[in-house]
Amino acid sequence: MIAADVAWMLISTALVLLMTPALGFFYGGLVRGKNALNTLMMSVASLGFVGVAWALAGYSLAFAPGNAVLGDLSRLFLRHVGLEAQGTIPHLLFMAYQGSFAIITAALVSGAIVERMRFGAYLTFITLWSLLVYAPVAHWVWGGGWLAGLGALDFAGGTVVHINAGAAALVAAVVLGARKDYARQAILPHNVPFTLLGAGLLWFGWFGFNGGSALGANPQAVLAFTNTLLAPAATLVIWTLLDLKRSGKVTAVGAATAAVVGLVAVTPAAGFVSPLSALLLGGLSALPSYYALLWRARTRLDDSLDVVAAHGLGGTVGALLTGVFAEKAWNGSADGLLFGNPGQLAVQALAVLASIVFSAVMTVLILKAIALVMPLRATPREEGLGLDVSQHGEEAYAQAEGAILLLPEVATPGRAAVTAPALEGGAA
Amino acid sequence: MKLVVAVVRSEKLTEVLEALFRAEVRGLTLNRVQGHGGETEHVETYRGTSVKMELSEKVRLEIGVSDHFVEPTVKAILGAARTGLVGDGKIFVLPVEKVYRIRTGEEDQAAVTPVETPLGA
Repeated sequence: MIAADVAWMLISTALVLLMTPALGFFYGGLVRGKNALNTLMMSVASLGFVGVAWALAGYSLAFAPGNAVLGDLSRLFLRHVGLEAQGTIPHLLFMAYQGSFAIITAALVSGAIVERMRFGAYLTFITLWSLLVYAPVAHWVWGGGWLAGLGALDFAGGTVVHINAGAAALVAAVVLGARKDYARQAILPHNVPFTLLGAGLLWFGWFGFNGGSALGANPQAVLAFTNTLLAPAATLVIWTLLDLKRSGKVTAVGAATAAVVGLVAVTPAAGFVSPLSALLLGGLSALPSYYALLWRARTRLDDSLDVVAAHGLGGTVGALLTGVFAEKAWNGSADGLLFGNPGQLAVQALAVLASIVFSAVMTVLILKAIALVMPLRATPREEGLGLDVSQHGEEAYAQAEGAILLLPEVATPGRAAVTAPALEGGAA
Repeated sequence: MKLVVAVVRSEKLTEVLEALFRAEVRGLTLNRVQGHGGETEHVETYRGTSVKMELSEKVRLEIGVSDHFVEPTVKAILGAARTGLVGDGKIFVLPVEKVYRIRTGEEDQAAVTPVETPLGA
């Protein structure tokens, strides 16, 4: 065990955990004010529900030995997960670090179904999804499964996290259907500063996401860390230029989106490519996502916060470009297309395809199964009122006027009698 | 001339505006208001503090119209703002003593008659 590695992984775990509330702010700013809390709560709830599911069963399914497809149940309820060394850090710390990945991946999917999904159905969905979709794909790539066997490169989760969440988001948006106001009324972000704040905190946390994926305080962590700085910077520059070319104005929502797309794209590549390749990869990743966002908004697909364009497509571009730019001189293990190993690109494409198909099919099955037991969608009336009031009984921006304190067992009718005359003759 | 004052649900506003524009009612003022119209209050809870929200968010529209425009205006609002549940709002039609159009100084009927919008303006 190496003390420096333990220290860095402890910090990285905390950094990745911060990304989930950060995602809540990123998403929360993009929805209408009447759904702000609901959207934030979709991320916050994942901290609890997926966190517990991970400890009880998810970790075992993902990282216990098992077979090429799924881990076995030997680590169920954290059995045999103790303070003994796993590599250079305690096994328990590795479990915690991976848990923070499961939490954010499930939360990412929420961006496709905001402003309309019943909260109870959502909680059921992310819990099942983290066990039945996230854990298997994590096993394939990182837990000694079949994609690891083929030599697929996924440094910090381009496939496991972003493509996986992107495919699930696409399917979830289709199964739930569009918001009732979608393409009928202008639906505008209610707090763009929240979105920028969320993007900034995501970037900060991503240093732990990518830097920590080296599983130690070592040179590969430095490479991944630096690439996490450089790639999104390049994406931001290209995105800005595309904005200028299109409308002559550089948008703030665009900048926040660009940073996230760059971070997504560099995730699979972070510890495998040179810093200059990372710049190139970041810049290139701006193009497909930028145009996909513009195109999606004109379709009937209400992937409300563009999880598919940002995470699905960004992750796919990143995963494929990892197969192009990987460089043994920097990573010591594998070369990509540009360095004489075209086969790597094929392996990357197979990994992308496999996770898209698996995630899409499983997500449909999970949602359909939940729909047999409970409705997935809020009623149109609840949707009109806003999900903050209808699902949570709270408002993000509550006005105190007209709020009457309900005191336990004090005669509330008496209080109402005092207030009612004051309201009589009110305009409506 | 009449002043049509309507209080409607905020989530119905877009539909109401669409209906008004279809009825060729141009020129209106709106503000966001809070009110109580007999609808069931909803309860919100913040850390153990439960409150009954007596006031709900509404939108109030004010539309100055000439007499023969009152009916189409009212019809448009009735059609678009109705959900059938308590809390759909009210429409008041008030007599108006005097109207001036500030830009031209026109009075009364002339002041509430919409300007023909020149094509391409």
